[in-house]
Amino acid sequence: MRWKWQYLEEKFMQGLMLLSFGLILLSLLLILFTIVSKGLPSLSWEMISQTPKGGFYLGKEGGILNAIIGSLYLALGGTLIALLFAFPLALLLNIYLSQRLWADIVRLSLDILWGIPSIVYGAFGFTLMIFLGWRASLLGGILTLALLEFPIMARAMDEVIRRVPPDLPRAAYALGSTNLETAFLVLTRQILPGIATAILLAFGRGIGDAASVLFTAGYTDRIPNSLFSPAASLPLAVFFQLGTPFPEVQQRAYSAALILTVIVLGVSLTSRWLSHVLDRYSIH
Amino acid sequence: MSGFSLSTPQSAVTRSYRSQFDRLIRRMFWAFSALPLFLAVSILSALWVKSQPILVAHPLAELLLGSAWKPQRGEFGFLPFISGTIWVTVVALVIAVPVCLLTAIYLSEYASGRLQRLIKPLLDLLAAIPSVIYGVWGVLVIGPWVQHSIAPFLSQWSHIFPIFTATNPTGYSILAGGMVLAVMIAPFMIAIAYEVFQTVPLGLRQASLALGATRWQTVKYAVLPKAISGIVASLILGCSRALGETMAVLMVVGNVPQIPRSIFDAAYPLPALIANNYGEMMSIPLYDAALMTASLTLLVMVLGLNLFSILTLRHVLREKK
Amino acid sequence: MSGTLPHLETQNLSAYYGTTQALEDVSIVIPRHQITMIIGPSGCGKTTLLKCLNRFIELEENARVEGKVLLDGENIYSPTVDVTEVRKKSGLLAQRPYPLPMSIFDNVAYGLRIHRLRSRHELNQAVQQYLQVAGLWEEVKDRLHCPASQLSIGQQQRLCLARGLAVEPEIILGDEPTSALDPVSAQHIERRLIELKERYTIVLVSHILRQARRLADYVIFMYMGKVIEAGPAHQVFNYPQHERTRAYLSGEF
Repeated sequence: MRWKWQYLEEKFMQGLMLLSFGLILLSLLLILFTIVSKGLPSLSWEMISQTPKGGFYLGKEGGILNAIIGSLYLALGGTLIALLFAFPLALLLNIYLSQRLWADIVRLSLDILWGIPSIVYGAFGFTLMIFLGWRASLLGGILTLALLEFPIMARAMDEVIRRVPPDLPRAAYALGSTNLETAFLVLTRQILPGIATAILLAFGRGIGDAASVLFTAGYTDRIPNSLFSPAASLPLAVFFQLGTPFPEVQQRAYSAALILTVIVLGVSLTSRWLSHVLDRYSIH
Repeated sequence: MSGFSLSTPQSAVTRSYRSQFDRLIRRMFWAFSALPLFLAVSILSALWVKSQPILVAHPLAELLLGSAWKPQRGEFGFLPFISGTIWVTVVALVIAVPVCLLTAIYLSEYASGRLQRLIKPLLDLLAAIPSVIYGVWGVLVIGPWVQHSIAPFLSQWSHIFPIFTATNPTGYSILAGGMVLAVMIAPFMIAIAYEVFQTVPLGLRQASLALGATRWQTVKYAVLPKAISGIVASLILGCSRALGETMAVLMVVGNVPQIPRSIFDAAYPLPALIANNYGEMMSIPLYDAALMTASLTLLVMVLGLNLFSILTLRHVLREKK
Repeated sequence: MSGTLPHLETQNLSAYYGTTQALEDVSIVIPRHQITMIIGPSGCGKTTLLKCLNRFIELEENARVEGKVLLDGENIYSPTVDVTEVRKKSGLLAQRPYPLPMSIFDNVAYGLRIHRLRSRHELNQAVQQYLQVAGLWEEVKDRLHCPASQLSIGQQQRLCLARGLAVEPEIILGDEPTSALDPVSAQHIERRLIELKERYTIVLVSHILRQARRLADYVIFMYMGKVIEAGPAHQVFNYPQHERTRAYLSGEF
């Protein structure tokens, strides 16, 4: 009987779909559960407030303040530089070049940059630093992260700007605004929530990325005091400590992982909240 | 006669300072907007130039197809790394593609609007988790699981399926790497596939349902054929993410430079090769050029896949607007 | 300046979107300090003509214009002309009000600020003055710093009027400015427009004949991209010269 077969197939596929969906949710929960349950026991005030003392990597005293501060410096610096280029690019791309072939090429290049693996950015950054005679340093890490974050931010902003109804710039033009005034005084106000989201998205990507800072920022037990000193970072702190044979040190890798997760999820949640707050003046 | 004056008593013929500034910026923007293209080209050419020493010393075929990796003796065969990359990626795709596709179909065709709105932030959250965290999870959960449960179970059938042969006593294996990767690329593939499904016009679904088709039949005969090119592109985009992923894979895949024979063997993908050896290669001749060639190979593989899927997706997603 | 010279004039104006011609050889005059209404069936080129008058047509994709538009005798399409000055001289009221994404106060102050009025005191005064002219002041004076998007649609349209007047234009262009409003708000706007023609030249596009009869001093009737008839309102409405005008006025299409 044909109808019965259809009915069975429908139920079967629905079951498979629910199973898949459940699997995805389960993985997310499992990851969070693992990180929290493994990271919490060894998490202490000392971990967050101190730099490594002598013998830290043998399981002696100290914390990972160096990596926390290093990561914040790296990601903040990278995000700031990326913002400096990504924001005007995305905004003016839509004002000056909308609907043209060149704009398509620019967007395609951004998409390509966005897809380049971070290890390749790391290798490229390192090559560039050797060429310039630099050593692994905070600045090197910041610039490499800026390269990595720039396409993410620019594309995210571009998508937001493209969703602005054309009536808005028209209203501004009708008042005798120039292109620049329309872009920076009117459009910017409208897309403020989207800009915030794009910045935090790129920041989150930057602070969590290990492969690009592996050779460019180096690693050190001290808090960097200049742009030219090496800087530790949280992802690498996790990676290196997990690689040691001492259970105490591995324990600390778990709590470093927990700290990193909390920061990244915090950034993600902040961006939701911010985009909600900044939405006040936008026209819908 | 006109009873009021303009605040700027200037005729429209003289261009205001504001407009002159605008025109100046417009001209300069041409150069500025070339930045992304310039960056892409410089990354490619920097890697190309830095790989030259080894490309001159050895024929390309020997590098890509050679299976011996002994830098001290000047032997640089990339085949173990290239095949390692492909193995891990294929395993990840085999796991992720059906699950992601079914999830995306469920979200787009079955789930309520409220669930759809709820799930987007969740996917964003999943995508925001750094790869090192996935790596830690892989080491803690997936590795032991593969070692203690999956390998003993599947290897029972190894005489029928040789790829299930378990000779590796640890859990650090292609399967572990593939599973971690599958979870990592899932939010990404689901999000894009979902967006592609959303471009299929509602009328098409209604037409099919009106003919008495079930929802699954509607998906199978109406939605999927219409969305197929976008879906393929989104899966390929996920694939290229998997190819380039470094830390998470590096932490669970074992890193043994051999040509894998089974999913329980250790492998050594290209990104892991670069990450593990860069910075320590200065003393050995041609080593840095070899690693640059590895980066270049990786980049070319990723770029090829990306270019195809980006162009396809762009076409698919634009049709809607 | 001579009050007898037409304020706006088009000479052999044609407009194209890609290969389709939207305006064909339009030559009209628009008298100073009167309400000119452009009427005609939909798709006849009314809105395109209006868009040519402040060079808004250039914002459309692959649109092209031939001929001249003279503003006080000066061709606004001449390459030496500053387009922002042209647009500053003509305020626009769109079909649907589109407030800027900022507060009520900033909406009006925006135009003043970009055209170099910066002092806080003058801004306050000017904002109040233009909100009063637009008949909105009493309703919003206590919440000037609330987002403009919170206003009702009728209030938003009056805000857009105030915003447009604040840059001190000479001409007000309206593209069916009441079509999205409720009858009371529409009346509000019409009353303002009648007051404002003392000081401004007003050009309105409308497809509502009754509205045209109420407001117009001068009428331009268009059909299929061409101007069929133009003249003082009483003349066009009461003694139409052209067969098509007669047909349109009697509601045949």
